[in-house]
Amino acid sequence: MSRDAGKLSLILLFTPFALWIGLLIILPQIGIGYVSIREKVGINQYEYGFKNYIDFITEPVYRNTLLRTAWMSILVTALALVIGFPIAWYIAKIARERSRAALFLMCLIPLWVSDLVRAYGWIVLLRETGVISMTLVKWGIINQPIEMLYNDMTVIIGLVYTVILFMIVPLVSTLQGMDDALLEAGYNLGGSRITVFRRIIVPYAMPGIVAGCIITFMLTAGSYLTPILLGGKNSSWFTEQIYNQFITRYNWESGSAFGVSLLVFTSFVVWAGLRLTGQSLATTVAKE
Amino acid sequence: MQGSRGLMWIYRSYVVVFFLYLVAPLVAAGVFAFNDSMFPSLPWNGFTWDWFFSPNEPKLGLFHDDRLLQGMGNSLYIGVIVAALSVAAGTCNAFLFVRKDFRFKNALYVLMVVPLVIPGVILGISILVLASTIAGLADQWFGVFLTSLRPGIPLVVMGQFSFLVTITSLVIIARLEKFDISLEEAALNLGASRARTLATVTLPFLFPAMFSAFVVAFLVSFENFNTTLFLVGSDSPLTITMYDRMVKAGSTPVLNATSVVLMLGSGLLALLSVFAQRPKKQA
Repeated sequence: MSRDAGKLSLILLFTPFALWIGLLIILPQIGIGYVSIREKVGINQYEYGFKNYIDFITEPVYRNTLLRTAWMSILVTALALVIGFPIAWYIAKIARERSRAALFLMCLIPLWVSDLVRAYGWIVLLRETGVISMTLVKWGIINQPIEMLYNDMTVIIGLVYTVILFMIVPLVSTLQGMDDALLEAGYNLGGSRITVFRRIIVPYAMPGIVAGCIITFMLTAGSYLTPILLGGKNSSWFTEQIYNQFITRYNWESGSAFGVSLLVFTSFVVWAGLRLTGQSLATTVAKE
Repeated sequence: MQGSRGLMWIYRSYVVVFFLYLVAPLVAAGVFAFNDSMFPSLPWNGFTWDWFFSPNEPKLGLFHDDRLLQGMGNSLYIGVIVAALSVAAGTCNAFLFVRKDFRFKNALYVLMVVPLVIPGVILGISILVLASTIAGLADQWFGVFLTSLRPGIPLVVMGQFSFLVTITSLVIIARLEKFDISLEEAALNLGASRARTLATVTLPFLFPAMFSAFVVAFLVSFENFNTTLFLVGSDSPLTITMYDRMVKAGSTPVLNATSVVLMLGSGLLALLSVFAQRPKKQA
């Protein structure tokens, strides 16, 4: 192949990539960055400055919503890891060949069902006239129906449910690559279970752990449906604030400032996670 | 693990409980589609197909509920377009990153992955803002009114496309990397043209991955909510229609019926894509 033809095909292949990344990812981000630093002072008259951000920081409601979202997202990520790890370990190391495939497939099933249907399922289960409450009444365990929706516990249960598969899948694929001889060597050298877990399993599974945590955290912090549907109108989730600014109040300037803040914040957490564990985005998240 | 039987037993029951947790809401959403009652809750009033097929109010079945059907139609239409576009772009990206060498390749590869770690809400608002800005400028400077840049199906397509390309690219790249380049060289040596080699050797090898990328993209598009929420106009896709009904109108089991159809539909598609990805076993 001649050099020119090679160059031409490079350009032809590069163009869609550049258009996509440029027009649909980078330019829109610059766009909200730009809108977030302007303030409407009249019809088609704008002033530029950081007022939207200052409002965001000085208004405790907004600030607290972001902090709350952050804290709950970290909690959900940690729970997903703690709950999901034994499951991933079971699928990857303990289950026999055949049940392994079946279990893995079962893990993937909820992934095919939309968030909306899953949240809806939880509503059917947990609401005052829902399955759990009515069953408990019938069995005489409680006297009258109780409302299990619209509290933080429920939101956390629902969020863990929504994201845990994104934790389990990368964990299973990393753990499957692990040679059992490593574990035996660990035990033979006199390591206790905890030592083997801490010094062999965890370091080996690190890429999977990091990938799972990043995806889980991102999905949780950016989720909209689950907190709103299970937490009700007062769920105080940050994406809800963005929605309110954009759609309900039509205040795009401050909505953009919220959006940028969320993006900066999640990017920072992802970056810090990668730095702390010495992983990179291309080797973890992209390795599905 | 050579632990005691008791521990193993506890471990097994934990796994069982976990899988119950996994299926419980899906079963709940499914079962009440067949309950002969106005509410998706206990008591069980007997089995009925009404929530699928009943033609009249108040138990209007899914297949007679025009708004839900309309939403489903919109979702299908959007899903097919977005999936086709994303597979096309993903295939280009795969050839770009697997076959070509260029400056900043690694940095650009990371950039390709980045859309996966931008929250969907942010993709939604940023595309909304950019499209409106462009539409506003076109109106102001040239007096052109660009309807396609106002919230509506074209914007929904752009929004979903923006992050689906990453997913399709990753799926197709994984397959292209396994391709044995000597097969292409053999074809070229035997006198095939480049285009013909691509059409008869490379693309057939890539096809299973392209197919499953299409299915995945379609499913993700069909169930996407976060990005779509900000970009819908009057023709809303199914998830938005269902959400509106859940929040505003109060839900009847017709939503359960819709959920059943969604579960069956996406389950079948997902199975199809799993089988397409399997290496063919000669019987």
